[in-house]
Order: sequence, then structure tokens, then C-alpha cells
Amino acid sequence: MVEPALRLQNLRKSFGALVATDDLSLDLMPCELHAVIGPNGAGKTTLINQISGLIAPDSGMILFDGRDITGLPVHARAGLGLARSFQVSSILPGFSALENVALAVQSRAGSSFRVLGRAGAETGLNGPAMAALADVGLAERAHMPAGELAHGEKRALELAIALAMQPKVLLLDEPMAGTGREETARLVEVLRRLKGRFSVVLVEHDMTAVFALADRISVLLYGRILACGTPAAVRADPRVVAAYLGDEME
Amino acid sequence: MSASLAASLPRPRGVLLAGTLPACIFLVLALVPIMALSGGSYLVSLGSRVMICAIAAVALDLLIGFSALISFGHAAFIGLGAYAVGILSAYGISDALVSLPTSLAVSAAYAFLSGVVCLRTKGVYFIMITLAFGQMAFFTASSLAPFGGDDGLTIAARNTVAGFPLLRSDRVFYYIVLLCLLGTYLFCRALVGSRFGRVVRGAKENAVRMATIGFDVYRFQLATYVIAGALAGLSGFLLANATEFVSPAYMSWQRSGELIVMVLLGGLGSLDGAIIGAAAYLLTEEWLSGVTEHWKVIFGPVLVLIVLFARGGLIGLTRAVVRRFSRG
Repeated sequence: MVEPALRLQNLRKSFGALVATDDLSLDLMPCELHAVIGPNGAGKTTLINQISGLIAPDSGMILFDGRDITGLPVHARAGLGLARSFQVSSILPGFSALENVALAVQSRAGSSFRVLGRAGAETGLNGPAMAALADVGLAERAHMPAGELAHGEKRALELAIALAMQPKVLLLDEPMAGTGREETARLVEVLRRLKGRFSVVLVEHDMTAVFALADRISVLLYGRILACGTPAAVRADPRVVAAYLGDEME
Repeated sequence: MSASLAASLPRPRGVLLAGTLPACIFLVLALVPIMALSGGSYLVSLGSRVMICAIAAVALDLLIGFSALISFGHAAFIGLGAYAVGILSAYGISDALVSLPTSLAVSAAYAFLSGVVCLRTKGVYFIMITLAFGQMAFFTASSLAPFGGDDGLTIAARNTVAGFPLLRSDRVFYYIVLLCLLGTYLFCRALVGSRFGRVVRGAKENAVRMATIGFDVYRFQLATYVIAGALAGLSGFLLANATEFVSPAYMSWQRSGELIVMVLLGGLGSLDGAIIGAAAYLLTEEWLSGVTEHWKVIFGPVLVLIVLFARGGLIGLTRAVVRRFSRG
């Protein structure tokens, strides 16, 4: 029996009277791309925030590689190999695109308490960073301040930062949010190429992308998993069609 | 790959200025005692005072300009460094080989202990709690009756260095202070560009992003706080030796405020700016207070104007002027 890369056990989180995550359990298998879909307010981002550590669950457990990480701070989870992208681009706007990614490489390389030597000139950091940028098609923008990139490029940069961490599990919170049709297609292509290198939890509204990429899909409704299975099974599930897909698939 | 990568790195604009401006600053500072050969003891001691302040201002710029940590208690570290010299010499220990490391260690220790608490807060709360720790040091010093209390403590003589009265001559002392400032400046400049400094600068831009790529931002900020505290301790060591006197006034919140003004005046996040700011502040103060006793009435509005209209401070102003000239 293969150990899941990430296991959520009976997670529960409420904000006042609103139950955002309601006794949710989910297994993410190694190298699986698991999409989480659901209407707005279903608790998708709250779920991602609990896994990455920005929000603490009220109860329940998060196991990463069999290890309980429920009480670990954000940076420690990242250190174990848990990377994420944000729904609203979260980058260092004043740093160049290359430096944004080089910092992720540096984080993995350790020894960040070094106070001498110019970090910006270290080829050991810039090389892998450049490769990650090339992976998402941003190599030509490497020296641009990240804040000046176009929206779609910022989304790609988010992905490059996460890739540079060489994660075991990657949490993608609506990576295609607000991108044009062409850029969405490009990001789907990038993700398809990377699939299999690590496990991915993909939260996404773009159903074309989801059904093109996902190995399994979980449908979230009011903080609970309504259905979980292969894309074909989920598409055929009458409850899912009634609750969510019905109007999305038109 | 590596060669082409280095070649493709854009040359930062104003790279010329980045090197020449600090070189000019230090050249001028080195020339002051020479230009003031005849009866220039006033200029020499004023210059020492400016540079001592500049050391603390450069350290504060590490916090405010590069880490967005607005410390309102920075003067406490200067005072602690100074008191280390004063108290040691009251017990007859007056060699710099003992008192300098003590100054650095005491200030660093207080920075560590207070930083552990302060850095758990953000924004206005951070400002207020650093102020509180600053005042705590101030009132502690005021209540040290055996060491002069409110009145302060006179130091019998300047520290010796390994037994030699090296600091006794004002001119030699001036150049030692200059070396300390140069060392502080070069160290901070290297720090800012290093791996460590990049993490600190990144946390200023987006702390959540830095945490999600695996950096424990708190530890990096604490280390920065301790470094800035220790450098202020160096400034305190020199100040005690310059004035041969220590007093709780060195730690007052007004002093901390003045340091913030110096950094703002010079231009945040540029290090050279902090030196220029300290010099501009102290020299203007010196000049205006000779002209009228109501000098603050003039100085206040001038500061407001500079902060309002020259956002990058004096250094921003200089850069704008140079850019205009170089364009022809």
C-alpha cells in the first residue's frame, strides 16, 4: 500500500457561524494531480491556507509524508517540501523576476545566514532560478522588476517560484485566475509537462483546465467533499451536476 | 551558462553614483582635520560627533530602510554602549580591549532580549514597544545612583588601547572614529547585498511570500535587530570616549526620534543617506542654534518640507540633480 503524500484527516475550521471546512478528509497520492473544484465560498482557499499553514484548523490532522505537520509554522512546512501559489499573485514586486525565484532556490540551498558575498551574483542560485523561469516561459523577462510584469506573467512567476523549491507537494490556488485564454492554455501546457514530478493540489475554476489535467477531482460544497473520483466519474455524478457542474459545463 | 548569465545581468542605473558618492563622503571626512589644521579643534570634535551619530544612523537604516522595522528605541543601544564604558572606568577598567567588546555585547544582548519580544509585533505596535524598551533603559540609567543617576557620570580619561593612550589626541581619535564609520558602512553594504540581506529585504516587501518559500522571517529580523543594536553600541562606546561623560540623556526618546529624522532626512534604505542625514541634521542644528535660540522654529518646517517634497531624502535629491546634469 502506497503512503499518501498528503493526508487530511477530519479537518474542521469555522469562522464564527460559517463552517468553511467541515470534517474534511482527503488523501493525495504521490505524483497525483488532484483538482479541488466547487462554487465560490465552498472553502477551497481556506483549505489551501490550512494545508500551507497560514490558517490553523480548529480540529483534525494534516499528515505530510506520514508526518503530523498540523502544528508546524508556514516556513517549516515549506522546508519539508510543501510549496504553494496564491490566488492573488504574491511576489516581491521590487525584486527582479530572477531574484524572486533565486530566493526560493536559496531557501532550499540553506545557509542564508551568510552575510558576505553578493547573493545576486551567485551562479549557483541564479542558474536553477533561470531554469525554473525557462520552464514557465519567462526566461526573457528575468531581469524585469516583478511588479512590472503583466498579470499572466505574474501568475507564471508564482509557478516558477514554487517549482524552484523542488517541492514534494505543490498547492496551486487558482493559478489561471484572471489570465487570458492563450495564457491559460500555456499554463495548462506547463502543468501537463510537470505532472508526475510531484503531487499537486489544484484549485481551479477553469473546468477545461481541470478536466484536462486532473487524475482525480474532489468537489467541495459548504466545506464538505460532495464527491471524489476520476474526472469521468465526477462528471457523471448526478449530485455534482446538480450542485455545481450543471451550469458550469454549459 | 554562467558567463552569459553574468553578461546578461543589466548594469544598475546610477552605478557610477553608487560608488562615487560614498567615496566623496569619506574623502571629505578624511580631509576635515587637515583643512582645520590651525585651531580646528572645534571642527575636529564636531566632525567626530557627526560620525559617531552617523554610525548609529547607518545601523538604524538597516532596520528602517531595509527591514521596515521602525525602531523608536535605538538611542537606548547607544546609551548602553556608553554606560558600559562609564561603569567599567568607574571600576578602574579603562582599556578599550575590554570596554569595546563589553559595549558591543551589552547592546547586542539588550537588542536580543528586547527584540525577542518586539519582533512579535508589527507596525505601530512595534514602534510603541521599542519606545517602551528604550524608556526602560533610560529610567534604569536615571536611577543608577552610584553612577550619577540623572546627572550622569564623568569618565576620568579616554580609554587606553592595550595600555597606550591612543585615543587621547583629538585628531587620532577622529581618524579612529572615521575608520569605525567606514567599517560599519562597508559591513552594512555587504550585509544588504548578501544572502542574509536579500532575505531581510524580501521580508520587507512580502513577509508571507518569504515564509511560504521557507524562510523563518522572525529569525532573520531578530539577527538584524541584534546587529543594528551592536553597531549602536559601537557608536555609544565612541560617544562616551568623545565626551568623557555618560548620561541618561543619551537614551532619551528624543534622541531615538532624532536618529529616525536623520535617516529620513538622508534618504531611507541607502546607507550613504544615513551618513548624509546625520551630518546635515547635526550641522544645521549647530549652525542654526548659533544664529538664534529659537532655531527649532526654523528647523522643524525645513524638515517637514524635505520629507514632503524630497521623498528620497537628501540622497534622492542628489540623485535627481546628478541625473539631470548627466542628461545634459
